[in-house]
Amino acid sequence: MGMQTMLSASAEIFLAIMICIVLVVDLFVNDKDRKVTFWLSFGTLIVTVALVMNNTPETREFIFDGSYVNDPLAGLLKIASISMVGVGFIYSRHYLIKNNLMKGEFFLLSLFGLLGILIMISANSLLIMYLGLETLSLSLYALVAFDRNSSIAAESAMKYFILGAIASGSLLYGISWIYGVTGSLEFNEIALAIVEDSSLNSLPLWFGMAFVVVGIAFKFGAVPFHMWLPDVYQGAKTPVTLFIATAPKLAAFALIYRVLVDGLGGVHDAWQGTILIISLLSLILGNVVAIAQTNIKRMLGYSAIGHVGFIFAGIFTGTQIGYAAALFYSLTYVIMAAGAFGVLIALSDAGDADQLNDLKGLSQRNPWLAVIMLFVMLGMAGIPPWVGFFAKLDVINAVIGSGFTGFAVLMVLSSVIGAFYYLRVIWYMYFEQAPKSEAIIMNKDLGTMISINGLLILALGLFPGALMQLCIIVIN
Amino acid sequence: MSSSILSLMIWLPIFAGITLLLMGDNDKRPKNTIRYISLGASLATFFLGIWLYLEFDNTTASMQFIEKIVWIESLGIQYYLGVDGISVPLILLTVFITPLIVMSSWDVIKLKPAQYFAAFLILEGLMIGVFSALDAILFYVFWEAMLVPMFLIIGIWGGQRRIYATLKFFLYTFLGSVLMLVSFIYLYGQTADFDLQHFMATPLSLFEQQLIFIAFLLAFAVKVPMWPVHTWLPDAHVEAPTGGSVILAAIMLKMGGYGFIRLSMPIAPDASEYFAFMMIVLSLIAVTYIGFVALMQIDMKKLIAYSSIAHMGFVTLGFFIVWSYGETTQGALGVTGAMVQMISHGLISGAMFLCVGVLYDRMHSREILAYGGVANTMPVFAAFMVLFSMANAGLPGTSGFVGEFMVILASFKANFWFAFLAATTLILGAAYTLWMVKRVLYGEVANDNVAKLTDLNSREFYVLSVLAVSVLLVGVWPAPLIDLMTATIDQLMLQISETKIIGIEA
Repeated sequence: MGMQTMLSASAEIFLAIMICIVLVVDLFVNDKDRKVTFWLSFGTLIVTVALVMNNTPETREFIFDGSYVNDPLAGLLKIASISMVGVGFIYSRHYLIKNNLMKGEFFLLSLFGLLGILIMISANSLLIMYLGLETLSLSLYALVAFDRNSSIAAESAMKYFILGAIASGSLLYGISWIYGVTGSLEFNEIALAIVEDSSLNSLPLWFGMAFVVVGIAFKFGAVPFHMWLPDVYQGAKTPVTLFIATAPKLAAFALIYRVLVDGLGGVHDAWQGTILIISLLSLILGNVVAIAQTNIKRMLGYSAIGHVGFIFAGIFTGTQIGYAAALFYSLTYVIMAAGAFGVLIALSDAGDADQLNDLKGLSQRNPWLAVIMLFVMLGMAGIPPWVGFFAKLDVINAVIGSGFTGFAVLMVLSSVIGAFYYLRVIWYMYFEQAPKSEAIIMNKDLGTMISINGLLILALGLFPGALMQLCIIVIN
Repeated sequence: MSSSILSLMIWLPIFAGITLLLMGDNDKRPKNTIRYISLGASLATFFLGIWLYLEFDNTTASMQFIEKIVWIESLGIQYYLGVDGISVPLILLTVFITPLIVMSSWDVIKLKPAQYFAAFLILEGLMIGVFSALDAILFYVFWEAMLVPMFLIIGIWGGQRRIYATLKFFLYTFLGSVLMLVSFIYLYGQTADFDLQHFMATPLSLFEQQLIFIAFLLAFAVKVPMWPVHTWLPDAHVEAPTGGSVILAAIMLKMGGYGFIRLSMPIAPDASEYFAFMMIVLSLIAVTYIGFVALMQIDMKKLIAYSSIAHMGFVTLGFFIVWSYGETTQGALGVTGAMVQMISHGLISGAMFLCVGVLYDRMHSREILAYGGVANTMPVFAAFMVLFSMANAGLPGTSGFVGEFMVILASFKANFWFAFLAATTLILGAAYTLWMVKRVLYGEVANDNVAKLTDLNSREFYVLSVLAVSVLLVGVWPAPLIDLMTATIDQLMLQISETKIIGIEA
């Protein structure tokens, strides 16, 4: 194993070592000094992100005998995921202290989850992909149940675990079929096998592919495999929901891109229809059902399902433009999701603020926080000039470019339905009187981070060109 | 310097608005600071508008004051601004009305004045943006972003049912415009950038044009609003604060008309011809049926709202009557009339809503029956209100007459019955407006509240007199306004008389 190989995977290796160190250190600090764990974890993230930045190659390179890939796409997704986890840490710290949850497990499990995400992003083999996915999933199951006194958290963790296990089984079963048909686990070799022997593009491959797609759709929370998502979003503590809603979505993008595009891109016709239908169902169900929710976390869960519909829409086009648009959408969506849950965390003084009513009169209690939530909601609704609009524009452009104009009409109509519940949040913040009049005071670090997050949603909307260009470059 | 005047006009009020938002409502600071900043910013924009008018060359139909910078390279989106004879009058209307709104809301708004004025300033910038954008996505961005401040204006400072009204307003207009976005992206597929002028030049089959026309129609018909998608307007108007009603009636409705003439007609001329009869029928329904509806209203704001729908029916009538002639180029009269009608309606409806606002501030009622004999206690106000009502009814010598007369004349040349139906509005308009005036202003003093009314204060007096002068000025001497747009409209007539279908079939 050469030095170059080690360098390419240095971020993952470093993270794995640091997790062990944090694990040991955390044993020796008591609750009062838990900030040691926090800073150690946060420092780990900073070094990891620096390692990723330094070791991202200009072109694609394969390491570990072809089972691991490092390319600009991986670099971008990794940087974004690590940053999201870091942002989540900043948002969560005071919440955890206030709720007596400042335990080492939160940081450890998050870092473990992040390790899984990084592995998934760079996986070039179905098994490595599976390995990363399980590392992530098992950490997430435990994270959801992390507040062990909460029965609702335990319940949702149980649901998540059982359904997640079934989905993993489905994925693994599909992987075995694909391996059986193509004779390889590595994506580039699978792609090559399909090109060389077109007779492979037949029922056995499709059969395996169907199971893989089910697994992917489950991890995204796309309809009809979305049942776990609203429950988990609602049941988990808000910092955990924040974690689930951000970085793993990027990993899921990597999963779908590596498997369906890098690996099975040659049989695009075979999976296009499935992804299209999943996308359509997600758009409609997510946006319609979100209207009926009074719990914001649950509402954001359904809204996430709707957004996944957009990401899948970019994928099913099967074009470079579409993939780049889906990537842009994923990146901007997680920024908005982080902002939304960040505001909810800021609102929670004792106990979770997760009802629409908790937002009543926010514009009086903390005008700036209300403005940030306004940005997030308008961004998610796709109102220009916030970035969500350009993400939608990008995807719709790709969809129309592939000749699916009718589908684009359905997409925009679902956005109109979606606009209602995002506007309802604004309505509660601005048009309703606050039941409690005391101001909401944010901690400085939380306040700064959330301001950056909110302004980023606007700034990326005013100048989306650079990030869009970057997405196109890394996809090509 | 004059090359970036449009950007200046867009961003000056927006940044002034953001400054106000950042300053916030601070109890310690004298309240007037906020007001003077907003008045200063809106007046500065107004003077920029005057400068634009003076520098504008009305002998040419080509775009002027062009600014073109690449905005989003990968999608071919540009920050592309420019104005011609169609946009300049509407921009002038915008910069003229906004300072008046600021003045009229001076000490009326007690709740969060900084946010209130900020919303109007931001709205002003965005509206100027809509009128000067020549890139489809830029146009769409301004078009949609405009909904946000309006949503907040109605929702925060509105009346009893404000939340229902503002949600209806937002969702209705949002639903209307998303399909326009799909059309834009479809057209982008044909031309490879979002330049509106390229959209106009690209050939399209009749079927494509029809779909695009319908998508545009949804967006613009909702904004105008045309019958039968007008139902959001009375709700929004009634619940909005006075300033909100004024800006809605005076400028935002014009967006719809502007959309038709800037986008629908040049991009889909053959489909416009195909649907012209339908559009004329819808316009005539708006003019007559909505006129009767207005007659029945007991709420003054609702009455003026319905009267707006009827008057905007003239605008769409004037645009689409063009295709009723053998030669499209003869349609310049109707289109010019419609444009004048837009400006005039902006002035008159704004003034009418301000008048109702004056009464509402004193009595907190919009119901006609709550008043009676107001002229006894507020003679100066009564004089103004009678003038604006006459203008609303289309009295010769006021701006209301010019546009309506030109449109009726144009329809007469096309078809007697069109003109006949359109002319009924003169009767209906007089009936509902003057009947309201009679019930509100004249007769015995109806109750103690009316007896206690005080006449206009000097601020209200100045605002209304500025409007009165302009209504009369446009009515007596419309030539400068018409000269402004003649070249552009003639060019437009040439443009839409040529079919775009050729080339596809070959």
